Amino acid sequence: MGEGKHLEFLNYFGQVFEPFNFMLLLIGTIGGLILGATPGLSPTMAVALLIPFTFRLEPAQGLILLGAAYTSTVAGGAVSAILLKIPGAPANIATTLDGHTMAQKGQGAKALQLSFISSAIGGVFGVLLLIFLTPLLAKWALAFGPSHLFWLAILGVTVIGTLDTSSVVKGLLSGCIGLWLATIGFDDIMGAQRFIFHPTLGGGINVIPALIGLFAIPQVITMMAKGRSTTNADVIIVQKSPIKAAFAEVFSRKRALAIGTGVGSIIGLIPGVGGQIAGLVAYDQSKKFSPERDKFGTGHSEGVIAAEAANNAMVGPSLVPLLTLSIPGSPTAAVLLGGLLIHGIFPGTDLFDNHPDVAWTFINSMLIGQVLMCIFGLYVAGLAASVASVPHSVMAAIVLGLAVFGSYSVQHSMGDVYVMASLGVSMYFLERFGFSAAPLVLGLILGPIAESNFIQGSMIANATSSIRDYFFTGPLNLVLIAIVIASIAYSFWMELRNRHHTSKEEVIG
Amino acid sequence: MTDPPRNQHIIASGFVAAVGVWVAYVSYTQEPAAAFLFPRLISTVFVVLAIWTFGKAILGRSKVGNGLSAEAMKNIAPGLIVALVYIFWAAKGLGFYTASTITFFIMLSLYDPASHSELRSWIKRITITVGFLALMYGLFAALLNVYTPREIFF
Repeated sequence: MGEGKHLEFLNYFGQVFEPFNFMLLLIGTIGGLILGATPGLSPTMAVALLIPFTFRLEPAQGLILLGAAYTSTVAGGAVSAILLKIPGAPANIATTLDGHTMAQKGQGAKALQLSFISSAIGGVFGVLLLIFLTPLLAKWALAFGPSHLFWLAILGVTVIGTLDTSSVVKGLLSGCIGLWLATIGFDDIMGAQRFIFHPTLGGGINVIPALIGLFAIPQVITMMAKGRSTTNADVIIVQKSPIKAAFAEVFSRKRALAIGTGVGSIIGLIPGVGGQIAGLVAYDQSKKFSPERDKFGTGHSEGVIAAEAANNAMVGPSLVPLLTLSIPGSPTAAVLLGGLLIHGIFPGTDLFDNHPDVAWTFINSMLIGQVLMCIFGLYVAGLAASVASVPHSVMAAIVLGLAVFGSYSVQHSMGDVYVMASLGVSMYFLERFGFSAAPLVLGLILGPIAESNFIQGSMIANATSSIRDYFFTGPLNLVLIAIVIASIAYSFWMELRNRHHTSKEEVIG
Repeated sequence: MTDPPRNQHIIASGFVAAVGVWVAYVSYTQEPAAAFLFPRLISTVFVVLAIWTFGKAILGRSKVGNGLSAEAMKNIAPGLIVALVYIFWAAKGLGFYTASTITFFIMLSLYDPASHSELRSWIKRITITVGFLALMYGLFAALLNVYTPREIFF
């Protein structure tokens, strides 16, 4: 990295403020806040459903919309967590612990203000980490050869498959299913047909309809499963509260803010761990280090500040592996990768050399988006709260409609709609038995990367040494293999420990 | 329901195992072998994990996942049938917007908790359906220029 190159991002701030780009940023931010406030609409699903709307946009514009939606849906999830005790996304689980209790005490507006202010502070810090870490890691990633990229792809699938699921074996199995789905279609090198059991699959499985199906359709069916039930919780009416006081409260709770931001940023860098863990760990650590730890769970502001700062601080760092190594560290990052690929942009080592305008405009927009999210969050929380109480029937029909229209618009093909529906319905039933969409999606996206590098590596190995030497020796290969094994072993150990605890509780119960 | 019946686990994991065996069979029998090198690698892991999961289900040691209750299936069935008929036949057979409007309205009516005997609730459903489809038309047909199948109807 050359002199002054680390401040290159400053050159692209102007592009964020171009009228159309800024309008997209506003739409993504406000839309994301509303979508995030809706229980059942996760950030991943919201971003997947938005991808078809980016087809006609320039790559940077499309990414501005998707990035703003990602940031705001995570923050918007706090609205339903606080007012309904239903987390808008898994990342907001920890927010319910104190946020909803505050709302029950008539401090709903204050809890919302604290959550948006701390989300913005955590989020800005996270994006700054993304800005300064990404180019450094991207240069380092130049040292990666085919064998390393193969192991990285396998690492991406195994980490998500083991850490993000309740059953390690079923998580890995889901990853294998994704890797297999990625091989459907014509083989790139020989042109041979592979697993084409229906003419629709001739061109392989298009990632965007698959993502929409895997994330949206299970949610639609889950809503259907509730039948004609009304929303379980009543929305708590928000009373007005001075914003100035909320700012003063956040800055007087520096410890909780620092713990939330720090924990979120670190956890965001680890592929597969996610916002849910970030929020819960930050909440737990903040409680441990607080002199007022007894107040946690009774509507204490530190609980909301730590949890919300953490879940937004992880957003920026979670994109570091994606932008440097093409390895999405989370399901939402995988969806964003899909958004990049449809515009012909491949993240990785040369992203910042070949497309600095796209990369930096996108990252800068996330920085500005955090501030906008805070401003609009404070003012549209009331509107978002009424969206949070939209009946399941309406949400199910809307999401189904968006999924069908969105999948069709990818290639103007009904085949994509069939693929979306088939994968989505299958995923719903598989999820009921412990299988998970996240590793399957990672397998589907990383499959082509793993296969092309495996083939390239095999060719190099045949010409120079042996496959065993090429893939299983060298410090970087060994480190990556060790991380794969360690993540699987750690997850098995955690699963056994949890099972032991559960059976112990059952015996006591 | 936290512990679904064993036979549900057996059916689910049996289905996955059958897919795994088929993938492995195709990978190891189809030619050219070079095109199936990577599928062979992953199908081997796939089959081992799938058979392990199936074995655990048969032994009744599969505990993860809530399974499907009869009530949930009863709730899902009508909506799922309508959605599948829409996707696999009506969208192309009737015309995209016609089929979408009918499906949206049926879905809303099937799962809306509001009374089916009140005129007001029907007016609300019709308004939401028309509003949503108008928005979809505006976004996809007018803004994104997506040309949808127009068969018998619009």
